[in-house]
Amino acid sequence: MILEQIIQQVINGISLGSIYALIALGYTMVYGIINLINFAHGDIYMIGAYIGFALTTFFKLNFLSSLIISMLLCSILGVLIEKVAYKPVRNSTRIAALITAISVSLFLEYGMMYFVKPETRTFPELLPDKQIHIFNTNAVLDFKNLSIIVITISLMLILQYVIYKTKIGKAMRAVSLDSDAAQLMGINIDKTISSTFAIGSALAGAAGVLVGVYYNSINPLMGVLPGLKAFVAAVIGGIGVIPGAVFGGFFLGITETVISAAGGSLYKDAVAFAILIIVLLVRPNGLLGKNIKEKV
Amino acid sequence: MKFLNKKNIFNLILILSIYFIVEFLINRGIIDSYIILNIVVIGVNIILAVSLNLITGITGQFSLGHAAFMSIGAYASAIMTAKLGQPFIVGIIAAALSASLAGIIIGIPTLRLKGDYLAIATLGFGEIIKIIGLNNDYIGGATGLNDIPQYTNWTWIYFCVVITIIIINNFIKSYNGRACISIREDEIASETMGVNTTYYKILVFTMGAFFAGIAGALYANYFYFIRPDSFGFMKSIDILVIVVFGGIGSVLGSVVGAVMLSIISVFLQNIPELRMVVYSVILFLIMVYRPQGLIGKNNLRLFKKRGVLNGCAHSK
Repeated sequence: MILEQIIQQVINGISLGSIYALIALGYTMVYGIINLINFAHGDIYMIGAYIGFALTTFFKLNFLSSLIISMLLCSILGVLIEKVAYKPVRNSTRIAALITAISVSLFLEYGMMYFVKPETRTFPELLPDKQIHIFNTNAVLDFKNLSIIVITISLMLILQYVIYKTKIGKAMRAVSLDSDAAQLMGINIDKTISSTFAIGSALAGAAGVLVGVYYNSINPLMGVLPGLKAFVAAVIGGIGVIPGAVFGGFFLGITETVISAAGGSLYKDAVAFAILIIVLLVRPNGLLGKNIKEKV
Repeated sequence: MKFLNKKNIFNLILILSIYFIVEFLINRGIIDSYIILNIVVIGVNIILAVSLNLITGITGQFSLGHAAFMSIGAYASAIMTAKLGQPFIVGIIAAALSASLAGIIIGIPTLRLKGDYLAIATLGFGEIIKIIGLNNDYIGGATGLNDIPQYTNWTWIYFCVVITIIIINNFIKSYNGRACISIREDEIASETMGVNTTYYKILVFTMGAFFAGIAGALYANYFYFIRPDSFGFMKSIDILVIVVFGGIGSVLGSVVGAVMLSIISVFLQNIPELRMVVYSVILFLIMVYRPQGLIGKNNLRLFKKRGVLNGCAHSK
């Protein structure tokens, strides 16, 4: 019985963790390339969920096509935000850039709230309600869980391919390592940053649609807390490190569901932040981060 | 240095006359309770902004958890005055001491971190304190704490603001303040020159928390009612926005920023649906067109003698 519960919680944890991991990837990529905590990222995820909602409810599209359209629109939105809001402050102080990010986040949240009204909306049931019993126990693998996990893993594999096998991925890695040197080698910095935002936002959009399918309810402020949590996940894994974001996302998701199952659901957010602080104190560069020596 | 020099006497007369003029107007009923409400909000914001400016602007430590200290102060004062029936001064002292204690406890481990990492860690602490507040039944949990006696009035708010500004302004101009500025400019260099950076960072963090606690007490004892959600991440951001809007590292800037942003938000209350949208656009335009803030880096000095920068710590 205990084993059964553990399996069940791990499945739920992996599903939640996939969402965190998808959002955390965008955070970590943007941070890696322009050293900016993109607070608006959680709101792109929210907008992705709304696009998915609109496509499935009003246009009656199926799950996969609405996922892909939502990812495309989110990546356009991400590039737009980068061009309009972040480019002018790229050379300002850190704090000015951070507040710009916060202002973009507020703009998206409350602008969305103005258009779609603050109430919670119900996402239509898109996936069949099939359940698979694992090892003949009562632990259930829902079709929803399965599709979230499969989609997340395939998106991550595509990302891995883009970053390590294509030219644009090479450019991204070069810019995040040393943007001046990359520029001297003829890499177009603007284009590289834009494509980073495009990829990160597409992943966030996918996470939005998946969360809509999984939890069936969306609202304009849904991006705030998962955004912060995904950011925590990115820092736990080591910000700027792509496998770190995936690891941090799954780690945080599983920890959270286990704590909720153990009866501490009221404290699960506090535990997430406590883990963050402990990780920062013990390994400031994250669990999978590289140790960079400070030069004087 | 003589304490009662011409400048100080003049400042004292100015401070007292502003106090008595406003007190007179309140007694005559020219300033109504709605204006007093806004004055209290502005005063609380000034204290919060000036104290965060000491941490972020002067010492360069990026904190996103300032509202947590405010909430500790607010709850400490609320418990003292509402639950234990103590006078307001006891509430304020309890608020300031408990918040500064929290500042020490949070500061000692986290101040080893730098830049964005420190910001994230303080953000995390702020959220943890909020969640603890949400789950503690003694202080009302998520529904909040009610029936706090309303003690805050013009006298309390005015003198708390003035004392905060005087103490922090003098601190910045002192030997210790210069040490803090050196940490902001270059931590490694200042450590090499013999500045005990850890000591100063914790000192500044604790001082900032102390005043934020006072602001919390003033807030709690004016609005009758507090709940943990009012002191979340967004409140910390609001305080940071005031600091940056006014000019980071400038006490005068924080005061002007607090007044301006409070007035802007009063006007925005007329369009409740678009309030936050307009606010975010204003924020964005300021960051793009005037990232140094309204006042820039100038420090508070009412009288500038020619050729002498009045003890201003960093002249450019």
